[in-house]
Amino acid sequence: MAPMATDEQPPRVVNREPDIPPVIGPGHNFASITDKISSIALTRRTPPGWVAGFALAFLLVLMLGFAVGYLLIRGVGIWGINIPVAWGFAIVNFVWWIGIGHAGTLISAILLLLNQKWRTSINRFAEAMTLFAVACAGMFPLLHLGRPWLFYWLFPYPNIMNVQPQFRSPLVWDVFAVSTYFTVSLVFWFVGLMPDLATLRDRARSRAGRIIYGMLAMGWRGSARHWKRYEVAYLLLAGLATPLVVSVHTVVSFDFTIAILPGWHSTIFPPYFVAGAIFSGFAMVLTIAVPLRKFYGLEDFITLRHLDNCGKVMLATGLIVAYGYMCEIFLSWYSKDKFEWFMTRNRIFGPYWMVFWSVMLLNVAAAQLLWSRRVRRSPAALFLVSLAINAGMWVERYMIVVTSLTRDFMPSAWGQYAATVWDYAVFVGTIGFFAAMMFLFVRFLPAISISEMRTLLPQAEVKEEEEEAPA
Amino acid sequence: MRRRQPRYYGLMAEFDSPTAIVAATRRAYAEGYRRMDAYTPFPVEGLAEEMHFHRTRVPLIVLLGGLAGCLGGYFLQYWIAAIYWPLNIAGRPLNSWPMFIPVTFELTVLAAALSALLGMLALNGLPHPYHPVFNVPRFALASQDRFFLCVEASDPRFDRVATRDFLESLSPREVIDVES
Repeated sequence: MAPMATDEQPPRVVNREPDIPPVIGPGHNFASITDKISSIALTRRTPPGWVAGFALAFLLVLMLGFAVGYLLIRGVGIWGINIPVAWGFAIVNFVWWIGIGHAGTLISAILLLLNQKWRTSINRFAEAMTLFAVACAGMFPLLHLGRPWLFYWLFPYPNIMNVQPQFRSPLVWDVFAVSTYFTVSLVFWFVGLMPDLATLRDRARSRAGRIIYGMLAMGWRGSARHWKRYEVAYLLLAGLATPLVVSVHTVVSFDFTIAILPGWHSTIFPPYFVAGAIFSGFAMVLTIAVPLRKFYGLEDFITLRHLDNCGKVMLATGLIVAYGYMCEIFLSWYSKDKFEWFMTRNRIFGPYWMVFWSVMLLNVAAAQLLWSRRVRRSPAALFLVSLAINAGMWVERYMIVVTSLTRDFMPSAWGQYAATVWDYAVFVGTIGFFAAMMFLFVRFLPAISISEMRTLLPQAEVKEEEEEAPA
Repeated sequence: MRRRQPRYYGLMAEFDSPTAIVAATRRAYAEGYRRMDAYTPFPVEGLAEEMHFHRTRVPLIVLLGGLAGCLGGYFLQYWIAAIYWPLNIAGRPLNSWPMFIPVTFELTVLAAALSALLGMLALNGLPHPYHPVFNVPRFALASQDRFFLCVEASDPRFDRVATRDFLESLSPREVIDVES
């Protein structure tokens, strides 16, 4: 038996990976962290690269406005949807955007509860990503309503029409799940921002900056009692957001599974959707993090450790997703249900065979590159893999929606689906909206949590032995 | 009759490190000061406890909010589906509770999260745009890299000279008068 450690020395932590990069670069102190992160938001000079990027994104926002305006005038007939594919791009994009949001909540809530220190420098912009992604997602069901201006009919409210939502429908669950998700994400993000807004208020040189950040900070003064309540509230919010991450995409998957359509009616959907959501969300985190750290010189805060860990999470969730694909195929054969088995063969070899094989290439094959540590620690390679996975997860949702709907049971009811230019305009427009919001966020708010970064420093620890003063 | 209003809010000592502020707060509490507060740029572990501030009612508020959301959410659906707008679909039960679970869950989380935010803000007395500590120019560093201990003039043991001497004995960078 190994002898128990009896001396007062703490047991030495054995670093099994000696070359593991740190979560924060060396040589930083409270002031340098504060200065580095807040100066991005407080500088008077907007970098030309930012202006160019924002201008491009804003052009796409204008296109979105145009496409939506035309949609409101002409109706959803300008999209490629019809019977049997009545959902099309709207649901594909909805599921894709919602899924992207999930990584933000996973990083901010679940990794907080698991005490993963590396989450600290990426949680803020991942949460912002969640908010903007959910905002993009929310547009699609609303625009798909046909009369979006009557969206409030989705909520139960006293009305003279004497009708109320049907609470047995997953589509109504979706309304509650997505609006709750957005609200809770916003609350969580704002609570995390409060101390940093106070920092910006105290450092802002312009009067407008002091007033605006000051109003948003609500008079935060860093009192120890306030911090105590703040930390309890933040932890509780993390605890509340954790089941929410799982529930939202589960409810989204119910939109499919509750229908009896072959390829949709499956109990594997909830876990497989949640894993896919986290998979695509981490891909989007990397798509943002790699250029962000490069452009703003944040390599000390978003280190190779963060990229490496994101790559590992992507690999793990990607394997769950790949298992989901295999399981679906196996069960459709094993069930001996001829419609299910036909759907599977049709998905692989039918008119949409390219979609299926793109999914395999982008989601399954590309993700296997992440086994290599060299790939996980190379920002450029990770960026390319993350783009592949972003695209792959979008194509996957296209596959699920379209191949099941176009050929369900009776051949006389079959059809084909192809998106129109307006479908693409709205979709690309939301990407522009997302990018424009991210640009504004990075420019005006601290993209990394300053107060949490300070706690990572060795100086932040309270040393007990120094204060053994004789009474 | 003249209202008894202290001319100033209190005395504030500035420190360099979390270790120093924790030690100073402990000494001040031992000295008998109660109406005081420490201001730090990040949550310093054990600092509130040094002022014997151990429990907060935030969890209770969140629990009550969550329960209200849960019961309210279920009742909303029950009332609509079974009382207000009953739809008889092939004789299925009107109170089809398994179908009401997702919305009940979502509303539980929503109400609990909003109570966490509002409860925390209310207990902290925020928004609070004006506070005497903001009158100290160096207090801007409390959100950056300095740690402040403020003993308030309303404390019964507060004495302008004695308290200043005491704070000086804690070897701060500086002791500052806070005007009200």
